[in-house]
Amino acid sequence: MEILNVLVVDDEQGMRMGVERALQNFVVPLPDIETEIGFRTQSAPDGATARRMLNETNFDLLLLDHKLPDMTGLDILNELDPERHAGVLSIMITAYASLDTAVTAIKHGAYDFLAKPFTPAELREATAKGARTIIMARKARELARERRRVRFEFIRVLAHELQSPLGAVHGYLELLRDGVMTEEPETAYDMIVRSLIRTEQMSKLIGDLLDMTRIESGHMQRTMETVDLRAVAKAALENVATDAAQRNISLPPITAAGSACIMAVHTEMVMLLNNLISNAVKYNRDGGSVTVKITDTDDRIRIDVQDTGIGMTPEETLRLFHEFSRIRNAKTRHILGSGLGLSIVKKIAELYDGDVHAVSAADQGSTFTVLLRKAPAKI
Amino acid sequence: MANLLIVDDDIDYLTQQKRRLESAGHRVMLAESVEDAVNILRQTPPDLMIADLMMEQMDSGFTLCHRAKSLHPKLPVIMITAVTRETGMVFETAAPGQSSWLKADALLAKPVRPEQLLREVDRLLK
Repeated sequence: MEILNVLVVDDEQGMRMGVERALQNFVVPLPDIETEIGFRTQSAPDGATARRMLNETNFDLLLLDHKLPDMTGLDILNELDPERHAGVLSIMITAYASLDTAVTAIKHGAYDFLAKPFTPAELREATAKGARTIIMARKARELARERRRVRFEFIRVLAHELQSPLGAVHGYLELLRDGVMTEEPETAYDMIVRSLIRTEQMSKLIGDLLDMTRIESGHMQRTMETVDLRAVAKAALENVATDAAQRNISLPPITAAGSACIMAVHTEMVMLLNNLISNAVKYNRDGGSVTVKITDTDDRIRIDVQDTGIGMTPEETLRLFHEFSRIRNAKTRHILGSGLGLSIVKKIAELYDGDVHAVSAADQGSTFTVLLRKAPAKI
Repeated sequence: MANLLIVDDDIDYLTQQKRRLESAGHRVMLAESVEDAVNILRQTPPDLMIADLMMEQMDSGFTLCHRAKSLHPKLPVIMITAVTRETGMVFETAAPGQSSWLKADALLAKPVRPEQLLREVDRLLK
């Protein structure tokens, strides 16, 4: 339960006690965010006391009488410190209810207006409205803070991932410039080859980053068409054929049960299958195989990409689909990757009301399964 | 001439430092993980160790330095890190109270200039 601190400022003792009684044990449910709001009420008989209390305690909600013995409620409103009292919400109470006073109070930052005489139910209603606003604003601020934190973390990791290949190429260029032990031509050649591999890695990372941004932005016009996943998977297998052949990895023909067609954005299906199939080759063992199976169920299409590679532990499988969560261990050390491929796969699957999961056993291989709805919900 | 151990999970960085330090007359051993490094520390203790702070885990280097110092308390250790550039956290080996938990004799921020690393190596080997 969230507790809000309420300050009632009114010169009439009966009114102060009435408000305290009305809010005692009063609870406002907030089912949307699974919480409820309770109130802790204190009161002040005049402006000077209110001023002192506002400086001593953090109040969330002010119930301010307009006409006080030493000043007006508006004076208190105007004195609120924009920083210290940033989240404070005020409701003006007055017997001299008139449109003028109401408008002036709202102009001076009051949230609402309550005209005397009012019933306990009216007071509770106005308080509940204000309390909901306070809590929702608080949640929105928390969310914005969390978003900033996630964004900062993303940029930090991205910078690190871009810096590593850049640093490697820079280091080789410095060695070549300084002529450090490069008398043998193959040494210089090796440095150039390594530099090219690292720049290619960087370029892949930038490509993946753009793919991910494109999927997430939602601004791009998504043109749906009938896509034959068998053809897309075949093209993806052809892309990796050279790498697979070099490492003796066999790529048996795709097995498809039923129609392998789906209403989808063609480039998204290309990204999805390219990522899954290139991973299956990259993380395979020499002499292994990559099997692609497409199964048509009633309203969904299931894609299984199975490899015979290094596999993962259950803990590693859990972290797999997060951005930049490359599994780092002795077996993956020399495999270059952006760390974004599987989070791209997951994001695309979600666009088709689907999901992706992996079943894996260390040193035996992994099977990645993607389920996509044939007629996607989000277009 | 001294026996140096360099620990980093970037094979290119290792290759480059090896060339630099060998051309300055040192013998260089390489380790790509904390595990490999600990094995070398046990079998063929070096005269000095250079380790990256962030390897498989964010704090791999810290753990490694602790283990190195418990195996060879007098082994000079240079820790290399991008942590300040990436997070804004500042470490100082010279700051009072920090050298006790930060088991490194020198801390160099990435990118480390080759001559800067050689200078630190020479200083710590004296």
